[in-house]
Amino acid sequence: MIFRVAITGLGIVSVLGHGAVAVAEALRGGASGIGIDPERKRLGFASGLTGLLPPYTPTLPLSRKQRKTMPDFAQWAAEACGQALLQSGLEPAQIQNGETGIVFGCDSSCLAAVEQASLLLEKKDTGSLGSGLVFRSMTSCISMNLGALFKTQGAAWTLSAACASGGHAVGQAAALIAHGRQERVLCGGAQEINWQSMCSFDALGAFSTRERSPHAASRPFDADRDGLVPSGGAAALLLERLDLAEKRGTPILGEVAGYGFSSDGESLSVPGEEGLGRAMRMALSDARLQKKDIAYVCAHATSTRVGDAVEARNIAALFGDRGVPVSSTKSMTGHELWMSGAAQVVYTTLMARHGFIAPNLNFHQPDEWSARLDVVTDARPGNIPAALCNSAGFGGTNAALVLRFPKP
Amino acid sequence: MTDAEVLERANAALAKEFELEGDRMRPEADLREDLDLDSLDTVDMVVVLEQEFGIKIGKDPAIASIRTLGDIHIYLLQKKQEIEKNAG
Repeated sequence: MIFRVAITGLGIVSVLGHGAVAVAEALRGGASGIGIDPERKRLGFASGLTGLLPPYTPTLPLSRKQRKTMPDFAQWAAEACGQALLQSGLEPAQIQNGETGIVFGCDSSCLAAVEQASLLLEKKDTGSLGSGLVFRSMTSCISMNLGALFKTQGAAWTLSAACASGGHAVGQAAALIAHGRQERVLCGGAQEINWQSMCSFDALGAFSTRERSPHAASRPFDADRDGLVPSGGAAALLLERLDLAEKRGTPILGEVAGYGFSSDGESLSVPGEEGLGRAMRMALSDARLQKKDIAYVCAHATSTRVGDAVEARNIAALFGDRGVPVSSTKSMTGHELWMSGAAQVVYTTLMARHGFIAPNLNFHQPDEWSARLDVVTDARPGNIPAALCNSAGFGGTNAALVLRFPKP
Repeated sequence: MTDAEVLERANAALAKEFELEGDRMRPEADLREDLDLDSLDTVDMVVVLEQEFGIKIGKDPAIASIRTLGDIHIYLLQKKQEIEKNAG
């Protein structure tokens, strides 16, 4: 890397709460954002479990005209970006230039597609569809809307890589800055939660059916895990060239020090044995750090049988048995899918800022592989000088990010 | 329905759709300059008026020459017969 990349703002619209303060408290307290959507049960879902996003008062109110072209998750992304910009102290005029970009991770916009098709079948007239649906239905709805909203003039694209979308988005945004192509990039991930976008995923039998105790349903690394809980929201980071951030005297929340990527080159749905490990090693090498420098691994672990076991083997292979504290925030949030890789960066930054490692809820009984991990079961106080965030997705795409933090 | 009622309903429907304050809804108001409506908003304006009055506007070429709120009023009054037949 040529330039170092600072995190100078973050924003979060999460099932754990709204904004950094509420979410940091929820992470420390081991809260759960998971509940039941009765509509899913009526519609024949195997599981009604889902992340539940609490209503919020926006930091950045959007007009009806702005909302017309934005699905709910793009509005959440705008809100998260609004929070990040506010924290960064950057004025609108400072981002309305070609040195400021937007890179978000997202891999669907299901509801608008369903709505436009249903409406046309009913009306038999494309004129009655109005102007908003075409913009809401594209996967790039996030970056196109945010670009028009914040008037940035640099990079503007949405990256699709299944459940690693958010991780790759942060990594590629950091790379644009590191290589001197952009001075700052608003980046992150966003994920819709509606049942329409989840029904065919439910069909795969990948979701936990532990409906009697929703807060215990997502149990990454636990021997009794029975699947993931779909969830969503939006996470945003304002990444900035470190020297420029220091020059303007803004607080440095952390650094994106390394980005590693890989793909398994194997299966569509079954994670490969070594791909994630290669991404983790690449991220460490990119950050010029050793494994001993990493104080915490924010795992991808989604509470699926195969995925968690593969990740546990990869973490143990790299760090040695019980070689590094590990937790999966998905035990609290459920699996935020496209958003998750970026959300983990936000959550980990909050942990580092407040001097604790968030617990991995519901880890009661290790299996053969997680027994080799130091899984954090209660919030653990301590400094995090550097952390590793993993994400992985369908098709075997993997992203790993190394973050470095100043002392809290 | 009186002419005044047609205009009142049109103004109310457009004000709601585009979040326009009542005092901006003057006949001489230029859609682009004064009401900040762009070509995409024109697409939605047609949908709103069709729904409000139960009429068919579609890709009527007359819409292309509309510049002001007053032009919309004139257009609607020209279709008043259809409006009275369909509007509830």
